[in-house]
Amino acid sequence: MFVLRRIWKTNLTLSFLQPLLFFLGMGLGVGSLIDNRTSSADALGNISYAAFLGPGLLATTAMLTAAGESLWPVLGGFKWEGFYEAMAATRLTATQVVRGQFLWLAVRIGIAVGGVALVLVVHPDTRSFGIIPAIPAAMLCGLVFTAWITAWAASREYDTSFSNVQRLVVTPLFLFGGAFYPVDSLPDLLKPVAWVTPLWHGVELCRGFILQTLGFTECVLHLLVLVVWLIPGWVICNHLFAKRLYR
Amino acid sequence: MSDSPVILAHSLVKRFGSFEAVKGIDLEVSPGESFGFLGPNGAGKSSTMRMIAGVSPVTEGVLRIFGLDPAVAGSAIRNRLGVVPQADNLDGELTPLDNLVIYGRYFDIPRSECVERARELLEFVQLTDRSGGRVDALSGGMKRRLTIARGLMNRPEMLLLDEPTTGLDPQARHILWDRLYRLKQQGVTLVLTTHYMDEAEQLCDRLVVMDAGRIVAEGSPRDLITNYSTREVLELRFSAGQNAQHEAQLTGLGERLEVLADRVLVYTEDGESALREVHTRGMRPESSLVRRSSLEDVFLRLTGRSLAE
Amino acid sequence: MSRDTLIWRIAPPILRNAHRPQRIVERNAIVYRRTPMVFISGFFEPLFYLLSFRIGFGALIGDVEFAGMSIEYAKFVAPALMASSAMNGAVYDSTMNIYFKLRYSKTYDAMLASPLGAPDVAIGEILWAMLRGFIYSLSFLACLVVLGLAGSWWILAALPACLLIGLAFAAVGMALTTYMRSWADFDWVQTIMLPLFLFSATFYPLSAYGDFGWIVQLSPLYHGAALVRGASLGVATWGMLVHVLVLIVLAVVGLTVATRRIETLLLK
Repeated sequence: MFVLRRIWKTNLTLSFLQPLLFFLGMGLGVGSLIDNRTSSADALGNISYAAFLGPGLLATTAMLTAAGESLWPVLGGFKWEGFYEAMAATRLTATQVVRGQFLWLAVRIGIAVGGVALVLVVHPDTRSFGIIPAIPAAMLCGLVFTAWITAWAASREYDTSFSNVQRLVVTPLFLFGGAFYPVDSLPDLLKPVAWVTPLWHGVELCRGFILQTLGFTECVLHLLVLVVWLIPGWVICNHLFAKRLYR
Repeated sequence: MSDSPVILAHSLVKRFGSFEAVKGIDLEVSPGESFGFLGPNGAGKSSTMRMIAGVSPVTEGVLRIFGLDPAVAGSAIRNRLGVVPQADNLDGELTPLDNLVIYGRYFDIPRSECVERARELLEFVQLTDRSGGRVDALSGGMKRRLTIARGLMNRPEMLLLDEPTTGLDPQARHILWDRLYRLKQQGVTLVLTTHYMDEAEQLCDRLVVMDAGRIVAEGSPRDLITNYSTREVLELRFSAGQNAQHEAQLTGLGERLEVLADRVLVYTEDGESALREVHTRGMRPESSLVRRSSLEDVFLRLTGRSLAE
Repeated sequence: MSRDTLIWRIAPPILRNAHRPQRIVERNAIVYRRTPMVFISGFFEPLFYLLSFRIGFGALIGDVEFAGMSIEYAKFVAPALMASSAMNGAVYDSTMNIYFKLRYSKTYDAMLASPLGAPDVAIGEILWAMLRGFIYSLSFLACLVVLGLAGSWWILAALPACLLIGLAFAAVGMALTTYMRSWADFDWVQTIMLPLFLFSATFYPLSAYGDFGWIVQLSPLYHGAALVRGASLGVATWGMLVHVLVLIVLAVVGLTVATRRIETLLLK
């Protein structure tokens, strides 16, 4: 936790600055190319591109933060820095170490998502009280990725596969997960794939909350899917940490 | 090989900002010699070694390696040197074999020759069976041996070793000493730093004792012991906190007395008779030991401090 | 030590010992020989991006006006993405990787104990970053061709342009890396790269920026992207010489600073 205090200032500034730039460049910049076409307005459901993209950024940011903080740092915790061992040598159990790790990630994701939320509040098209439920929804989505990616990292001996996780899992989800354009424009074959991914559910939740278009059943379903993703990932983490720390 | 010195230093100074690590030392090392720098941490040994290796600019004074000035001919000097640094800087991304091969390539040695030489050296340092694994998986002693093998890839005329056995267990140290001794027999000039007396006595023909950036004594291990110590030492331990009390009672027992925190050292030509005298004077030490003088005693004499501190 | 003498000191090794930096490339090649997946997956990343722009944004945006032509949006963005990928590859290789070698694994300490000098190390690492970037550019090019986004044979001219982008960014990235004190500093690298990526006339033409166009022109990536886009669409202008010049100046400055910093950090 002391680590956080050290990087607090930088982290806070950056977690606001980066989404701001992204929102300006993509939401408003690319948006200006999109908004004056009527066919596009139909595809987005008669809202500006900024309003479409903005809420999705909450979920993508949560995913990217989770991925960045769960690959090298987790393996590093086992191998190079050895602080998990140090924790395990105290009275902490593996389950508690995992819980601590998730809590820490929740804080990191919370900061990152908070930065995006700030940007969204600034722009009139995305300003809404829906932001209040949207933040925990995005964090939940981020924790799903935390669980699975941490599990992957904890099961690896070397970091060679990590850039492939980024490239072949995180990047496609980022691009095709429905944050940048409606999943409906994907080829029919890919649509069901997108519907299964946790990112899509996260994006839909955030967008639904902020644009206040979310029905109750939909909301419950999305949340349910995220929880169903989260639990096995968490269980696997517990198992792997226990195996690795007390072997 | 000519007899002109491989290392020649005159009033050599190294400063880092306002801190003076090396305070004007003079040195001369001949080809084929095995030369040691002995001293505690912070004595300036490593700084001197880095200057000799041509990776640290000389602040003041003259330094010639193979008759060349490191400031202008650094690359040419390094071409003829083997370096074994204190901290292992093996390439963790490569296998032990590749570590040696690519290092040879830095010296522009043809690839096939590098591979051949690397295999020979792995054999020499007894790591052949580990040649294809990961460097991380090697023990401390194995890593140090691999680093030595790496330093030998370019068939150096002089091998620089900075604290070669620090942190190794006794068995690993003996394997290493044995390999270094063989190199010495092959005519390689060895220059090493150490704060271990036994290591200096084992490996060095000649050594300098450094303390706080200066050379305080120079000679062969035997000469140094003869000049700065007595033949034997009587070590006495009294019950806790009483060492100093007995100082007065021990006066005149040997040529010199050293009262340390945990024991009293009596320097004398004949340890056994000194011990008898201790008993005659009615003292009852908890333990006593008669041993031959070592470089440790020389160091204590020269600096007033124990090396192990 | 004046800068002139430093350049002079870099120049002779290039002439006399041109083979030395090559050893660093050789070393890195051995490392990556055992992890070919990194390169294979490097092919899929641009594919994902290009596909996403074609099916996603393409559907929303349609065509854009550029240099008097109306072109498909994906065709407009693709060259800029290629330039960005050259930048990203070079920066990644010359920041994270070099920081690790510099501060943790002490790889360079070992190299500098051999006849190699600081300029050899700097040039060698930058050459490697370029080479690796070039392989990515090749796979990017392959993606462009597969998706039918390549305008003409002129697209081949995008390869040297990407090499130049790689050189400039690798040199600057390495120079910056020598000033970094902790991994947290790399967040700033991301923060610099993001606006470069977003605002270098990458996603929309320079004209869309209106009065702020001059700011865009300060971005080195803008100059790189303009070169690649020109090549991809087969449009050549004299202005391209300026773009080339900007990138060369960056490369020289970066290399000079990087060499001097490695000397002060490691040869003390």
